[in-house]
Amino acid sequence: MTFIPKPQIDLPGQHENDLGLSLRDYEGSLSTLCAGCGHDSITAALVQALWEMSIRPEMLIKMSGIGCSSKTPAYFVHGAHGFNSVHGRMPSVATGASAANRDLICIGISGDGDSLSIGFGQFGHVIRRNVNMLYLIENNGVYGLTKGQFSASADAGSTAKNGTVNQMQNINTVATAISMGVSFVGRAFSGDREQLVPLLKAAIAHPGCAVLDIISPCVTFNNHEGSTKSYAYTREHKKQATETDLVPPRAEIKASYYAGDTHPVRLHDGSTILLKKADPDYDPTRRNNALAYLERHRRRGQIVTGLLFIDQNVPDMHIQSRTVATPLKDLDYRDLNPGSAALEALQRGMK
Amino acid sequence: MKRTDTSNPDYFHKVVDCQWGCPAHTDVPEYIRLIAQGRFDDAYMVNRESNVFPGILGRVCDRPCEPACRRGRMDEKPVAICRLKRVAADHRGDITDRLPIAPDRKNGKRVALIGAGPASLTVCNDLMPLGYECTVFEAQAVAGGLMRYNIPSFRLPPKVLDEEIGYILDMGVDIRFNHRVASMRDLLEQGFDAIFVGSGAPRGKELKLPGRYDAENIHIGIDWLESVAFGHVDAIGERVLVIGVGNTAMDCCRTSLRLGAKSVKVMARKPREFFKASAWELEDAEEERVEIVVNHSPRAFVVENGKLKGMMFDLMEYVVENGRILDQEVTGEEFIACDDVVLAIGQENAFPWIERDIGIEFGPWEEPVVDKATYESTRSGVFFGGDAAFGPLNIIWAVEHGHQAAISIDLHCRGESLRDRLPVQLQMDSRKMGMHEWSYSNSFDPIARRKMMHVALEKRFENLHTEVELGFDAEQTAQEVERCLNCDIQTVFTDSLCIECDACLDICPVQCLTITANGSRDNMVARLKAPVLEPDQPFFVSGELKQTARVMVKDENFCIHCGLCAERCPTAAWDMQKSLLSFPQAAGYGGASTSSEPPCQQRKAG
Ligand SMILES: Cc1cc2nc3c(=O)[nH]c(=O)nc-3n(C[C@H](O)[C@H](O)[C@H](O)COP(=O)(O)OP(=O)(O)OC[C@H]3O[C@@H](n4cnc5c(N)ncnc54)[C@H](O)[C@@H]3O)c2cc1C
Ligand SMILES: Cc1ncc(C[n+]2csc(CCOP(=O)(O)OP(=O)(O)O)c2C)c(N)n1
Ligand code: SF4
Ligand code: SF4
Ligand code: SF4
Ligand code: SF4
Ligand SMILES: [Mg+2]
Repeated sequence: MTFIPKPQIDLPGQHENDLGLSLRDYEGSLSTLCAGCGHDSITAALVQALWEMSIRPEMLIKMSGIGCSSKTPAYFVHGAHGFNSVHGRMPSVATGASAANRDLICIGISGDGDSLSIGFGQFGHVIRRNVNMLYLIENNGVYGLTKGQFSASADAGSTAKNGTVNQMQNINTVATAISMGVSFVGRAFSGDREQLVPLLKAAIAHPGCAVLDIISPCVTFNNHEGSTKSYAYTREHKKQATETDLVPPRAEIKASYYAGDTHPVRLHDGSTILLKKADPDYDPTRRNNALAYLERHRRRGQIVTGLLFIDQNVPDMHIQSRTVATPLKDLDYRDLNPGSAALEALQRGMK
Repeated sequence: MKRTDTSNPDYFHKVVDCQWGCPAHTDVPEYIRLIAQGRFDDAYMVNRESNVFPGILGRVCDRPCEPACRRGRMDEKPVAICRLKRVAADHRGDITDRLPIAPDRKNGKRVALIGAGPASLTVCNDLMPLGYECTVFEAQAVAGGLMRYNIPSFRLPPKVLDEEIGYILDMGVDIRFNHRVASMRDLLEQGFDAIFVGSGAPRGKELKLPGRYDAENIHIGIDWLESVAFGHVDAIGERVLVIGVGNTAMDCCRTSLRLGAKSVKVMARKPREFFKASAWELEDAEEERVEIVVNHSPRAFVVENGKLKGMMFDLMEYVVENGRILDQEVTGEEFIACDDVVLAIGQENAFPWIERDIGIEFGPWEEPVVDKATYESTRSGVFFGGDAAFGPLNIIWAVEHGHQAAISIDLHCRGESLRDRLPVQLQMDSRKMGMHEWSYSNSFDPIARRKMMHVALEKRFENLHTEVELGFDAEQTAQEVERCLNCDIQTVFTDSLCIECDACLDICPVQCLTITANGSRDNMVARLKAPVLEPDQPFFVSGELKQTARVMVKDENFCIHCGLCAERCPTAAWDMQKSLLSFPQAAGYGGASTSSEPPCQQRKAG
């Protein structure tokens, strides 16, 4: 069997970002996922988004658990840091990394199995703690890596490739996240790059836990008729509630952006998320409105996509815990370890 | 845009730019792969089928394929297509049993050919196996035309000519040497069924300046080269001026150096960017320390007491914009001393031996009126090809003219319309072997073009006949073959299979694939992933895709035929398929009196 690496070719007419890096500089090693897997498409969208945002590879940390989806951090930004943890435990490792070095841009990649079954508890708490990260669920309705068993996101009534009908109710990631108090949640589809890339950028810029539930067809085990997570089904039932765009800090916001239903959300770093409502009766800033909207469309069999809920005012982990503003690695040893006298003083205070 | 019709052979043919650029449509990637496998005989035969003289052309072809080669678009230098052709020729074994054979029983038709240059020889090559009796009249005592007595032997050794011309003549061509045809009228009366004029463009252009005829040491380039080739001239003065900067000029200077010249200057009227010579011929001449002098326009030959002293030149200055001369000015004059002058400012065809009242019409510049598709003159049954048809071109064009004229002669002799020509045929064949396995070398090798090794300078001038180029060695060959992108292994798309997963778009190392809404070409150009840099290269546009009614668009320009799109496609909507193009030749028209096809027509795909 031959297996060639993707050749590196410097072509005329190629662009560079603000750091002088090409798109290819944001790629990783060659994917070993099945050809046509939705996860690979999400990887490519991440490459695009990170390149466009000119993020320094060494300022990025990629976290994951176990699953085909959790393998994908290897396939983008080879110059970044990463940690491939155990099944369902990505959130706690990400929390630790973020606590230690708050300057890092943290991207956690998980699957519907990884987050909604074995890691369900961790999923809830990382949201509550509002760890500053992009929490990405590559949702295919199955455990891809272990050959296609139904996952907790599989819709009741949908069938497995061998014909088995799923009897259990599904966990709606977005609704769950909202009810847990998430500060940013959206849904997208791996097959719609135009919607996905800006959404990824907004989620990365958001200063808190931004959850993205991305329908990502498992081409090998869950792309058949009877599946509700296939390419064809998702395309047919997708309903876009909002359109998103991220305007970087200092960039001018054109007046035309404010036209109609466009709603700007200014982030602490000075960038602005522009939210355009594709559906006028949707309000992504009110929880009850969002939840009711999701439920209404679920009953109609529609898959609602876009940035679905955002609340800028939820404090993130560092604010909640009143941690020091400097990454721990940059603190002087004496500040980090003030010695036994300081410890005694602390303990006295606790008596 | 409408769905691209890939069943039209032109579409995939244009993707194989080298083959599209080659006048005889040599299947370049096919023979390069055969060389890679060490199958030199097969590589030679693939070449011979279309270009007839692989050993000759592997040394001196004008190589229009190389500027066309798409490898040159990504790392500046094209594949050394011509050098590899020589590798196939130099390393072939005995292929005589694979050559076409003329049948013992003739078909009763007689064809007369004037001149034994590459054009006539190709006609013989194509018609002899069909049972035609070919009679060639050649003014000289040897066959090969300008290839023999104008292209110097240090570029093209006689042995190579003998072998490849022999393959044709040995089929039983009736060749009459030292027979200059003096009257077309007389020839027409001899009852041939068809006549082919392959007499070349034998007249070198004159430079009628003051003093031209006052001294002896002023030579017409092509005549002088001929005299050298036939041994009539074996010396030249120490200081030589060559006027003109075409390929003939380069041969004249390099020959002068071998005949004793110590200082050779090429005198050019214009700046370098306007030179006609091929880059490699200039390079080779300069390597031999030929001096190229620009912006000198000849004004007069300076002759004293019947002896050439030198030449007077006007010094020129030009206003050049976007590669065009807008204005020129004489800024002074200069005398340059010399012992000999060689004029190499072009040549033309001339037909003093064709009477003007026998139905063969000539145009305003005394050029014959020849049909561009059939090569027939205005007199039925009389055909022209090679330099005789449209003025001086090169060997590979002469060969292609010969192929086409042979088809016409065959149709003519069988009483069929010359316009009933067979179409080019396209055959597609998958190259998939397994999951990630293709039956061709699909990896991209970033190695730069290999450099031809030359005989050392001191050695070169010792003997007029020492071949300068040494040919590629085994290592160079092994590396150079891998530079070919296999452009004939085409990406073939099946619209109905695509599920729009984007996998192929993301893996493509040159970003040449896009799925987007259909629209006009201009409108879509803006939406493609990579900028369109070669506007002449057609796009592939699929039909509507099932799920979103968008279309798959491929800009063929930079595709490196790596097959990754096909490897990544979950539904095999992309496949890598070899496009085998068959260009009809006379033998394919059913006029053969032999029962089996000649071996060279039995194509094997590698
Ligand atoms: C100096 C020089 C260098 C060249 N270098 C190259 C090169 O590197 N690569 C390349 O591709 N091309 C080169 N060419 C061009 C190439 O040689 C010609 O284009 C090619 O040979 C034309 O072939 P042909 O068959 O039309 O005619 P020719 O090769 O010209 O042959 C015509 C033949 O007809 C004979 N003849 C003419 N009149 C009569 C008559 N009345 N009766 C009988 N016989 C007659 C002549 O003796 C001659 O043998 C070069 C040309 C010159 C002058
Ligand atoms: C502790 C533990 N339990 C079970 C497994 C087996 N296992 C591996 S991957 C996986 C499910 C992955 O599903 P998901 O997160 O949806 O990823 P996908 O492969 O579908 O992308 C399971 C159950 C394991 N690796 N570790
Ligand atoms: S099994 Fe499914 S999820 Fe895993 S790589 Fe293959 S297609 Fe993707
Ligand atoms: S890369 Fe090979 S096939 Fe492609 S144009 Fe060049 S020689 Fe021809
Ligand atoms: S073969 Fe496919 S992947 Fe490779 S360059 Fe061509 S289109 Fe791109
Ligand atoms: S990989 Fe295949 S199915 Fe996917 S978009 Fe490309 S052609 Fe279509
Ligand atoms: Mg899954």
